[in-house]
Amino acid sequence: MRILEAQGLIGGYGAMDILKGVDLFAEAGRLGVVVGPNGAGKSTALKAVLGMLELRAGSITFEGESLGGLSTSARIARGIGAVPQNDNIFQGMTVLENLEMGGYLVESPLAPRIERMFAIFPPLAEKRRQPAGELSGGQRQMVAMARALMAEPRLLLLDEPTAGLSPAFRADIFARIRTITEEGVAVLMVEQNAREALAIADTGFVLAAGANRFTGSGAELVADPDVRAAFLGG
Amino acid sequence: MTGEMQGYLLYALSLLSLGGIYAILALGLNLQWGMAGLFNAGIAGFFASGAYTAAILGTPPVAGRLGGFDLPMPVTVAAAALFSAAIGWAVGRLCIRLRTDYLAIATIGIAEILRLIVRNEGWLTGGSLGISGIVRPFDGLGPPRADIGYLAVVLGCLVLVYIFVERAGRSPWGRTMRAIRDDERAAAALGKDVDAFRLQAFALGSGIMGGAGALTAYYFRFLSPDATEPLLTTFLVWVMLIAGGSGNNRGAILGAFLVWTLWSSTELVTGRLPADWAANLAYLRVLLIGLLLQVVLQRFAGGILPERARR
Amino acid sequence: MLAFVNFYLIPGVIVGSIYALGAVGVSLIFAILRFAHFAHGDLMTLGAYLALSLVAAAGLAPFLALPFAMAGAIVVALVVHRLFYAPLANRPTIVLLIASFGVALMLRSAIQLLWGVQVETYVQGIQRPLVFFDDLRIAERHIYIVLATVVAIVALHVFLTATRAGKAMRAVADQPELAELSGIDRKAVVRQVWVIGGGLAAMAGVFLGIDGELDPNMGWDLLLPVFAAALLGGIGRPYGAIAGGYVIGLAQELATYPWIGAEPLLSPGYKSAVAFALMVGLLLWRPQGLLRGREGT
Repeated sequence: MRILEAQGLIGGYGAMDILKGVDLFAEAGRLGVVVGPNGAGKSTALKAVLGMLELRAGSITFEGESLGGLSTSARIARGIGAVPQNDNIFQGMTVLENLEMGGYLVESPLAPRIERMFAIFPPLAEKRRQPAGELSGGQRQMVAMARALMAEPRLLLLDEPTAGLSPAFRADIFARIRTITEEGVAVLMVEQNAREALAIADTGFVLAAGANRFTGSGAELVADPDVRAAFLGG
Repeated sequence: MTGEMQGYLLYALSLLSLGGIYAILALGLNLQWGMAGLFNAGIAGFFASGAYTAAILGTPPVAGRLGGFDLPMPVTVAAAALFSAAIGWAVGRLCIRLRTDYLAIATIGIAEILRLIVRNEGWLTGGSLGISGIVRPFDGLGPPRADIGYLAVVLGCLVLVYIFVERAGRSPWGRTMRAIRDDERAAAALGKDVDAFRLQAFALGSGIMGGAGALTAYYFRFLSPDATEPLLTTFLVWVMLIAGGSGNNRGAILGAFLVWTLWSSTELVTGRLPADWAANLAYLRVLLIGLLLQVVLQRFAGGILPERARR
Repeated sequence: MLAFVNFYLIPGVIVGSIYALGAVGVSLIFAILRFAHFAHGDLMTLGAYLALSLVAAAGLAPFLALPFAMAGAIVVALVVHRLFYAPLANRPTIVLLIASFGVALMLRSAIQLLWGVQVETYVQGIQRPLVFFDDLRIAERHIYIVLATVVAIVALHVFLTATRAGKAMRAVADQPELAELSGIDRKAVVRQVWVIGGGLAAMAGVFLGIDGELDPNMGWDLLLPVFAAALLGGIGRPYGAIAGGYVIGLAQELATYPWIGAEPLLSPGYKSAVAFALMVGLLLWRPQGLLRGREGT
């Protein structure tokens, strides 16, 4: 089931269009990966879904309803979670407080959700009272994802969750992202490490110069000679 | 000439002379804020340090107070500008690297210190008695000729300062300055020593303010610790620059004359009222000028003459 | 020794409490709205005069008038934000600083219009201090000031660390965009900042009036030490601001003690220069501490 459908997105900052016609979708329980060279508009496309960017054209529907005109916080309240690439944790606050902030809009008690996060990200459990800014890079990324998951979003947007991590940590983060989709969450992830990310993706979107170049299943794209030649380094 | 006519003439001369001095202050602030993006909340301090420098150097000897050098006006005004520029340079050295909020706080601090020195150090500044006996050039001619002569001095200084800041603004130095203001990182990436440029702009602006202080001391022929009060300098000059159009030197001058006319013409009205009313209206006037600042900030962000786009 | 305690140490703690209350507000406003609030001193003055009206009209004791003065200052702070700061939300934060500069003058002239310019006091006549241990003299009002300050600081601590709204405030200070992505309503946080900042400013103003006199310039004259306290604590960090307030309050009183010989080390006329001197010292030796001021609480 496609819970997010974004079509013909055109827009950017000021007079410059960064997106020149981008289509994206996300399916419940599936992992979508957005790849492409620097400046292709990958992160910008995620920002458009979050309403952090002025769109000149295009439509975005979430669970059948248009998101047009809604503020970022209203979109969050609808069930979209997001992890930015940078500044994605509250550094001066403890791990526990970070999770509480993730559940800011949740009306039910937070304790069960927090325990669930510690089950998904066990290393965080023992660091719960430490300021998040003092954790290692991989653990910070876990805090960032756990914060976003606290609201139990039905769609999770991840912007380069493995940036700056070693290959071992990268594999670990990818495995946890698969765990998240298995619980029925639709995940849309922007990733620099295109080959590895497409290998685990259900759907891949290859963007270049602000527009879709290829769209297909992850396996198809990895196998496609054109994609390999142009975007995966042969 | 009838007495009344002469009264109006003297009023007009006073309006123009003080307006001209404010225009010089506004040009100094424009150099700091309009061109360099440096916030100065202590204009009163730089103004007063210049005024006292000129008064101490330019008056005949008085028992119990330093001074009595009796130097001619061009020398004292230049010394005033140099001294204020030196203070500006020292303050800038400390906090020009930090975000401009810190500079704002530090400039309040320097203004406060100077205020304390003026009030406490009678041997230097005459304390609460102030410094009197400051003689203007042309004073021998008697009114109104002396006042016309002094207006010419003020306007001459204004023209000189205007030509100086305009030239500076058009020079490679000025272009670099604005580039730094608009995008510090890009300018730094081009190899510009951002802090050095800023420090120069801040010191120059402070020096101009000190010169304006000296002109004011001569204008009133008397100087008291009231010169350190921020209302008539710091606050009014900010309103002038914002209203006139920061970044634009002509805007700064226009704003200075407009706001000063507005400010002093309300004094004409309050002067004719009973004393307790007059006091209240004086405060109402401050309130309304504050409101004017808010309206300009919200509705006319660029001021009357906004900064021109330059290449 | 007792003279030292009575005339230097205790006044230092009192002044320090007043600075701390003001500096917390400045620091929180900076943390959330990212500008140095130049009208904060005049907000203190307003609080002091609101209490004066109640003391004069209803015969209330200044401490009983305090809650009303705080409520009044909070309302004014919220209205000022709505009218003069909120419309500038999308402009560089320095424009907010300029606007607050104008608000400072507007508040002060409004106070001069409403209450006049003559020096006022809450209570006429000499107030007798309590006497402890023969010579250690502490005035009753000083005990109340310190107690009330401690209560306010503890309440603030509980708010920031144990309530949902307080944590949301820290979150916005920490990472504004991420706070928005967590669904935190920034506008509500901003309102709460003005409630806390306005309330504590009024408290500082009333205490200043209780400790001495009221005049329309009292708050503006406090701006420098209050800013210096906020800077000393690392601006944007409320706990640092409290410590900074006490450091500056104590330093400026103790600096006038005759440490060497019989003359005061620093002429009392230069007390308020101490704040500036400490600030300059900080700028010279630890500028990186200031640059770091954006992190944490």
